[in-house]
Amino acid sequence: MTKDKDRVLNIILVSPSILAVLIFVYGFIAWSVRVSLSKWKGLNPDYTWNSINNYIDLFKDPRFAVDVKNTLIFTGVFVIGSLSLGFLLAVMLDQGLRGEGFFRSLFLFPMAISYIVTGVVWRWLMNPAMGSRMSGFNLLFTNLGLDSLVNAWHTTPQWGMAAIALAAIWQMSGYTMALYLAGLRAIPQELKEAARIDGASEAQIYRHIMIPLLAPVTLSALIILGHMSLKVFDLIVAIAGKQLQLDVPAIYMWQATFDGLFYGRGAAIGIILLLSVAILIIPYIRYTLKTEAQQ
Amino acid sequence: MRSLRLSKNWLYLPLIGMAIFYLIPMYVMIITGFKAFDEISLKTMWDLPRGIAFDNYMEAFAKLSPSLWNSFLMVIPAALISSALGSLNGFVLAKWKFRGADVIFPFILFGMFIPYQSILIPLVQFMNAAGITGLPGLAMAHIIYGIPITTLTFRNYYASLPQELLEAAKIDGASMLGIYRYILLPISLPSFVVVLIWQFTSAWNDFLFAVVLTSNTDWPITVALNNMAGSQIIAWNVQMAGSLLAALPTLLVYIFLGRYFLRGLLAGSLKG
Repeated sequence: MTKDKDRVLNIILVSPSILAVLIFVYGFIAWSVRVSLSKWKGLNPDYTWNSINNYIDLFKDPRFAVDVKNTLIFTGVFVIGSLSLGFLLAVMLDQGLRGEGFFRSLFLFPMAISYIVTGVVWRWLMNPAMGSRMSGFNLLFTNLGLDSLVNAWHTTPQWGMAAIALAAIWQMSGYTMALYLAGLRAIPQELKEAARIDGASEAQIYRHIMIPLLAPVTLSALIILGHMSLKVFDLIVAIAGKQLQLDVPAIYMWQATFDGLFYGRGAAIGIILLLSVAILIIPYIRYTLKTEAQQ
Repeated sequence: MRSLRLSKNWLYLPLIGMAIFYLIPMYVMIITGFKAFDEISLKTMWDLPRGIAFDNYMEAFAKLSPSLWNSFLMVIPAALISSALGSLNGFVLAKWKFRGADVIFPFILFGMFIPYQSILIPLVQFMNAAGITGLPGLAMAHIIYGIPITTLTFRNYYASLPQELLEAAKIDGASMLGIYRYILLPISLPSFVVVLIWQFTSAWNDFLFAVVLTSNTDWPITVALNNMAGSQIIAWNVQMAGSLLAALPTLLVYIFLGRYFLRGLLAGSLKG
């Protein structure tokens, strides 16, 4: 009797949340798909069937091509930068030095700050003005006699996205460090000891034991960072505003929809973003839950 | 062993170098804020202030205080409600599995990774049609899209508790709600701290929902700061002071409760 009552209570407790996720995630995705297949342009909803024309138009759209290229540059610099920096920091902090906790907290604090704050400050630090208006990093380099490092940062043609990625690395490398540090701590100390006794050098231990054992951490970090770079939005808005040179799909979606009122096109960009994230995330969720079940 | 320890001291060199890299933006925000207006010049932007003045902070606060207040008003209920929901969901999904619970869970999880651009148009249409605009609408969005991560964190915590704990209570005739109320809730405090901090930080730092769901009277701090920085009229020194004001609440949480913050972070990568 109580069993049945509990079962009913169960459903009553979780159903509001499940219903909310069902509607606000899956219902809204379906709704977006429908908008992306419509001719909706302007303030009033218009669901006239337009087949996949919004998608076809996007693939012919030079602006979207720039977005894809920018996303690739950003992803490359950001993911490789955060992974290698995070790994190096974790290895250094894993040596049992005094003050480890202090450094760990310090490398991680940018995670607590919004992309908007990071962007506003980095925009100022990467100010490209030259001559008497010079400021930020460029001024610092000049003061230190490192004039050759002075550059145009995010306003550099073609490679401006790399400068944005630098700010993102500043924000996210501590997170990668935390993932690697947790991974390093999970490796039994005896493995290292045994290798040392066998005469392996520290470098060999990392190369042949630690890095292979950390492969699952690297994979998780790769997927988490990769999906973040597909979604990058606030940071670029705060650093660059709406400059077309630094456009990415998330900004194009926002502008097309809310400034240009091209709802059909905006929805199509949103769905393309969703699909590209899903390709990374769905296998990751399946893999994580499977390993969890095995434990 | 001792020589080994000594030989590692050179590592402080790169570590301190990296510490400087991470602190540069903070340095600029803080020293600029403490300079008097007549001390502000591009040439000396890297120099320490000559004294302690509050001109920049006062001016930034005057401009941003309404939106700082908006952020608090929106973030606190959002964090509290989504944590409570997460705890109930986590309890049911971990300990009272109904048929299909394992099928539903990954679908809930996926919700925390989606790019919100893919639900933005329906969200705005829905909120407008339902008449839930401004801060309540924004809080509601954070509550609903926070359900996946809060549920995950509590589920993982409750799943780690031994089943015998519940069995004993069941034999004593405790009801399901009784078990939650008297056995799980009292030991859930650390998880609540983790989830509350996480939700507080992510709602405070959010920009995308805020920029599409609010208008200028109820802008939270991220939108107000971004607009301030985008306008040509407001000087850079005031922008730096404003950035620090916007970062301060979450930074303080991080400084005092960093351990819990880290656990939230790891949960976000499904590695709780």
